[in-house]
Amino acid sequence: MEIPGNAEPLTTARRAGMLACTRCGLVHASGPARCGRCDAPLDPRGRKSLQAVWAWLLAGVVVYIPANIYPMLRTATLLEQSESTIVGGAIDLLEHGSYGVAAIVFIASVLIPVGKFIAIAYLALSLNRPGALSIHQRHLLYEMVEFIGRWSMIDVFVVAILSALVQLGSVAIINPGIAAVSFALSVAFTMLSAQSLDPRLIWDADEEPA
Amino acid sequence: MDRLAPGDRQAGAPDRPLLACLTCDTLHYEPDVPMNHVATCRRCGRVLAAPRDNAFARVLALALTSTILMIGAVFFPFIDLSVAGLQNRTSVLDAALAFSTGMMVPLSVAVALLIVLIPVTRLGAIIYTLLPLVRGCAPWPHAPLAFRLAERLRPWSMAEIFVVGVAVALVKVGGLATLSIGPAFWAFAGLVLVTVLHDNAMCRYTIWKSLETPSR
Ligand SMILES: [Zn+2]
Ligand SMILES: [Zn+2]
Repeated sequence: MEIPGNAEPLTTARRAGMLACTRCGLVHASGPARCGRCDAPLDPRGRKSLQAVWAWLLAGVVVYIPANIYPMLRTATLLEQSESTIVGGAIDLLEHGSYGVAAIVFIASVLIPVGKFIAIAYLALSLNRPGALSIHQRHLLYEMVEFIGRWSMIDVFVVAILSALVQLGSVAIINPGIAAVSFALSVAFTMLSAQSLDPRLIWDADEEPA
Repeated sequence: MDRLAPGDRQAGAPDRPLLACLTCDTLHYEPDVPMNHVATCRRCGRVLAAPRDNAFARVLALALTSTILMIGAVFFPFIDLSVAGLQNRTSVLDAALAFSTGMMVPLSVAVALLIVLIPVTRLGAIIYTLLPLVRGCAPWPHAPLAFRLAERLRPWSMAEIFVVGVAVALVKVGGLATLSIGPAFWAFAGLVLVTVLHDNAMCRYTIWKSLETPSR
């Protein structure tokens, strides 16, 4: 529905010299440090939020490396003892013929995290330049990162469930590996990075200079 | 407070308060949206307001349902595993405590937070915000803070992801043991469904407006 009375050209709160609350949308004349309705801190867009984006992103990439090197699961059965990494676990599933689940694991723990690193870096780098993607496409990318990012946590939950479930004395025991910790941290850091990226920065690029 | 005085925007502007799109910062006059209509941003298409009949009561009912399902999900066993005469029952708490040795302890805490404590806190904050509004009273003290907390926690509330995790785990061990799904799993699955309905029914703009004018 169109809002009546909104027919005039588009203006942003920033260009009108005002500051909008990022939580509830209330518009303030610049001045107060906190929103008058929801008490959230009012943060004029600046370099500060971008620094947080890069810091969390870097932390996420760094802890993602050990997550792939060290074992995620340690399995002990009567016959053998084995350790499997993230990619190794997906390959095991493939060999057992569970293609669908192998795909879920691979997508959630490899494709999505790596795709997110690239997407956030691209969005942060392309803020003030015209690029291959239009503003609307960039915004879509941002929404996807926000929406899908959480689902990477699935592998951590699988490890937790298996470790709790498969404790059958001498028959089979599954224990978590250290990679579970670094993977969980990587997902959390990347989520924080995406949350620090103010979507309004993406749209600012669209405005002709005032 | 330093609320924007109507008409500040430009000469000759009608006396209507402004609202900025949360995504792209575009200014709109505060929408006066009829029930069951949706107002969207002219620039990026984000939903600005979508009031519905009895929206508060509906969201509150869904939040209460989720809370009850959550209690069931935590305290009943959710999978039964048996192999060669050995049996193991797992509840959500067991899964959360699976990382309870050595360096894994923080992960145990994090899992408990993500699948139980954060969802419960979020539900509690929503109920606290909406209960007085549904009964037609003034909002309780600090309701804006509670609602902001609920919004903040939304991405970190991962019960639905946990349910899919259970399904993946079932396939992984399916070959080597007999499994049966307990009542808690169905409670969790129901929780996912209710959460989706709940997020769709909630018009944040209407809630913020109601918190602002405590007279309704
Ligand atoms: Zn606010
Ligand atoms: Zn917008």
